[in-house]
Amino acid sequence: MVCEMETDQTEEMDVEVLSSMWPEDVGTQADNQFNVEKPAGDSDTLKEVDIAEKRTMADLKRLPELLNTTDQGSSQLTNLVRQWEYMQDHAVRLLREELKILTKQREEAEAKELKIIEEHNFETEEPENVPVLDETSHLFRRFRQKKRDELVDSKRVVIDEEFDTVAYWKQKALSLEKMLEASTERERRLIEKLNESLKTMESHSAPVEELTQNLKRAEGFLHFILQNAPIVMGHQDKDLRYLFIYNKFPSLREQDILGKTDVEIFHGGGVKESQDFKREVLEKGKASKREITFETDLFGSKTFLIYVEPVYNKAREKIGINYMGMEVTDQVRKREKMAKLREDNAVRKAMESELTKTIHITEETMRAKQMLATMSHEIRSPLSGVVGMAEILSTTKLDKEQRQLLNVMISSGDLVLQLINDILDLSKVESGVMKLEATKFRPREVVKHVLQTAAASLKKDLTLEGNIADEVPILVVGDVLRIRQILTNLISNAIKFTHQGKVGIKLKVISEPSFASEEQNETSVWICCDVYDTGIGIPENALPCLFKKYMQASADHARKYGGTGLGLAICKQLVELMGGQLTVTSQVNAGSTFTFILPYKVATSDDHSDDQEEFSDMVDHQPEPDDTTEGYFQFKPLLGSIYSNGGPVIGNNFLPHKVMLTSPVRIINGFGAEPSNNTGQSETVQVGNGGYMDETRQNCPESGHEYGNGNGGCSSKESESCSSSQASSEGGVLEMESEITVSSSKEEEKTETSKPKILLVEDNKINIMVAKSMMKQLGYTMDIANNGVEAINAVKESSFDLVLMDVCMPVLDGLKATRLIRSYEESGNWDAALEAGVDIKTSENDQTCVPPTNRLPIVAMTANTLAESSEECYANGMDSFISKPVTLQKLKECIQQYLQ
Amino acid sequence: MDLVQMQKSLQDYTKSLFLEGVLDSQFLQLQQLQDESNPDFVSQVVTLFFQDSDRILNDLSLSLDQQVVDFKKVDPHVHQLKGSSSSIGAQRVKNACVVFRNFCEQQNVEACHRCLQQVKQEYYLVKNRLETLFKLEQQIVASGGMIPAMELGF
Repeated sequence: MVCEMETDQTEEMDVEVLSSMWPEDVGTQADNQFNVEKPAGDSDTLKEVDIAEKRTMADLKRLPELLNTTDQGSSQLTNLVRQWEYMQDHAVRLLREELKILTKQREEAEAKELKIIEEHNFETEEPENVPVLDETSHLFRRFRQKKRDELVDSKRVVIDEEFDTVAYWKQKALSLEKMLEASTERERRLIEKLNESLKTMESHSAPVEELTQNLKRAEGFLHFILQNAPIVMGHQDKDLRYLFIYNKFPSLREQDILGKTDVEIFHGGGVKESQDFKREVLEKGKASKREITFETDLFGSKTFLIYVEPVYNKAREKIGINYMGMEVTDQVRKREKMAKLREDNAVRKAMESELTKTIHITEETMRAKQMLATMSHEIRSPLSGVVGMAEILSTTKLDKEQRQLLNVMISSGDLVLQLINDILDLSKVESGVMKLEATKFRPREVVKHVLQTAAASLKKDLTLEGNIADEVPILVVGDVLRIRQILTNLISNAIKFTHQGKVGIKLKVISEPSFASEEQNETSVWICCDVYDTGIGIPENALPCLFKKYMQASADHARKYGGTGLGLAICKQLVELMGGQLTVTSQVNAGSTFTFILPYKVATSDDHSDDQEEFSDMVDHQPEPDDTTEGYFQFKPLLGSIYSNGGPVIGNNFLPHKVMLTSPVRIINGFGAEPSNNTGQSETVQVGNGGYMDETRQNCPESGHEYGNGNGGCSSKESESCSSSQASSEGGVLEMESEITVSSSKEEEKTETSKPKILLVEDNKINIMVAKSMMKQLGYTMDIANNGVEAINAVKESSFDLVLMDVCMPVLDGLKATRLIRSYEESGNWDAALEAGVDIKTSENDQTCVPPTNRLPIVAMTANTLAESSEECYANGMDSFISKPVTLQKLKECIQQYLQ
Repeated sequence: MDLVQMQKSLQDYTKSLFLEGVLDSQFLQLQQLQDESNPDFVSQVVTLFFQDSDRILNDLSLSLDQQVVDFKKVDPHVHQLKGSSSSIGAQRVKNACVVFRNFCEQQNVEACHRCLQQVKQEYYLVKNRLETLFKLEQQIVASGGMIPAMELGF
């Protein structure tokens, strides 16, 4: 029995040795199962799963080889072997246990036999009693011998004691035979059992079949998992040629893929990238993942998440890569959408915060500008007073030093006034409050007057010239005030930076520029205006900041030439506001040319009657018919003839106009430093207009000077020593000064006869009540008009000495009313008012009504808002303004100015 | 309450109105205008102001409650109120009107509603205070005293 067991063990050993051979078989099996052509034998567990085998493709020749040579392949096989081994071990253990049981049983049987033998030791000599296995069982033999040796004596004793009766022996033999039979029977059964055992063992030891089943199960599982997954798997060799591919939606056949590389199979975006990626993995030997978007003709735009790992053979050499791709197009799209949304969100948030910031800043800026404007406005009035008083002071008897100090004071004051005016202009343009007026004007006259004005204060040996092309219309429509402002600014700038040579204005018509907006209708004409000089020029690097606020070409210039640095900024803004463009070209030491182009509407020149009131230039009153068409002017300094010939005429005609209301005080003061002139001045006032004009001319040949003064402070920056000539810059008090002189002569006669008549035009009852009460306290009574129309009617009915005019009123506002009144003063009729739709009461007075000889002082009452700025008041013919709320002090000052 | 005490409390009260910014120096102008020939000038003007403002505020409320707000109608009202409040020195009403007009310009209905509330609030405040002020004055006059002149120093 023991020997048999040994044989068994050796048999098992054999099986184990054989097992090292099976991987080849398994390989083949696996091969078969992955094979496209052959449907896999469904394993029991997966019978219900329908596996579409056609989805895979593999190079059948290479795959087993691959599995054998690669780590992955062998590790899979090793796993299978290990599993098999474990099962075998288990079987062996079971067999051993069974053997143990059998051995035990046999031992029992033997023990029993021994007993029997002991009982019948006399029969020991009989060899047939020996069990079948005795010959082979050496142990047993020895055992028996031993037993025999031990039992010899007792046997002998037994034999000795037996009686030799036949019957007894027969019986004994019979029973022994029976026992022997039973023993033999048992032995046979055992052998049978052993054989059976051996048989089952044989059935257990069929590794191939079992492994096949395992593999089938594994494969079935894989198919079950993968059948609907959007996955591509493959193996590519070192050259990245496909050896194996599994693809759920193959659109290519096996032969199209196997043995080829990606680039050979596909074309389009991403293919190269994936190929490179695979190569990279292969080179680095490190598995990695990447998302690649393919854009191929074959399957359109799809994004794959690709996992690539290098494959090694058993010698740890790289032999290719395994590659797995999953289509994640939708996910990527969603993710991108999310990212985009998030990004948009972030951007929007950022924009929102930026916007709120901007709004905040804008609000702050607006507030600051409003503040600045208000401040400037508030500063200007007292400053005008200071400068005005200083000017009056300068007419008194002063010694040389005092005069010098006073001159510095006046010129500084003028500079500040100019600055404030500039700031107000700027803030008006910037806040969009500045409104443009459309008035008819003659470009030639404007140019001429600007040049005249400039020439008047010219203290350099410069030639000023104007050149207007023939095609420039005689009459155009535009905001003449602003255009004059621009021209004056540019000219004074040019003069400032030019020490010899020429400064000039050139006007010509050009075709519509490219930046012109569509809206401009065809009646408009584009006029290009060059303001050129032969001055110091502007270095190129200074050009960009030339039009910026508070900037001058350089700090040196600022020191040398002074100025606020606001002039050009204002010009540019004004030009742009009017829909034009301001540019500059310049050459250092050769000169600069500022060019602005503006659109104008062409006006017909034959309706003289109603453009009169709109003209701010009154040249058409002059007996100079050719002036309207003249195309060239030249002014040279110290050539009195040009100014003097038109001087007195101009003076007389212009007197009712604000522009002209330059006081004789200033003229004399400006040019006569000798005390004698001052005394002359005081006489002049009494003499009257015509008289003093003549005298003035005698005193200073440049009497044209006064002409220009009212047109804006072009000369203010210019003069340091020429004290007051430029003081006319729109400062209110200065204008008032002149009013005093004008009206006072009239007033002096009048005050004796009657109390001054004051008209208050105001719509607010409370304001009326307050103002009236204040006037009462000051000793005056007032007539009340509730709006512009009533005011016009009141002015028409009776003559007033002063009008206090609210700016903002219903029906007809103060500005328009003032304009209409001024128009009446010029023309002597109310046609303009009627034309404007003002309901004028007709009365018997109409026939006898004659144009007033004096200009009616109109003082605006402004609410101090940007919309009701002093510029606008002046531009509309008002003489000064007081800001609301009206106080006793303000009224008092006003009355002092105009009525006393 | 004796006369001196009443006069003092009137003075204090007036001062507080200036310190709170309810009134500004324009109100002093009004007081200056009040003399023997016109002893009730201030209260006359202020009463007129109240009447006028009540009407304006009413009109404003109506205008702003319209389906389509006509800012051409709203703005002159606000301007009017601004002018009169400025004239009597009701500083806070005036300031509220300035803000109001800005929003009128922007045609911002919602903000205008807010401003109207603000203006009303300021208006009722100044009305309340001024009525109290006049009452105090009347008490003093009734007791045969003089209205103390305001110092211009603050």
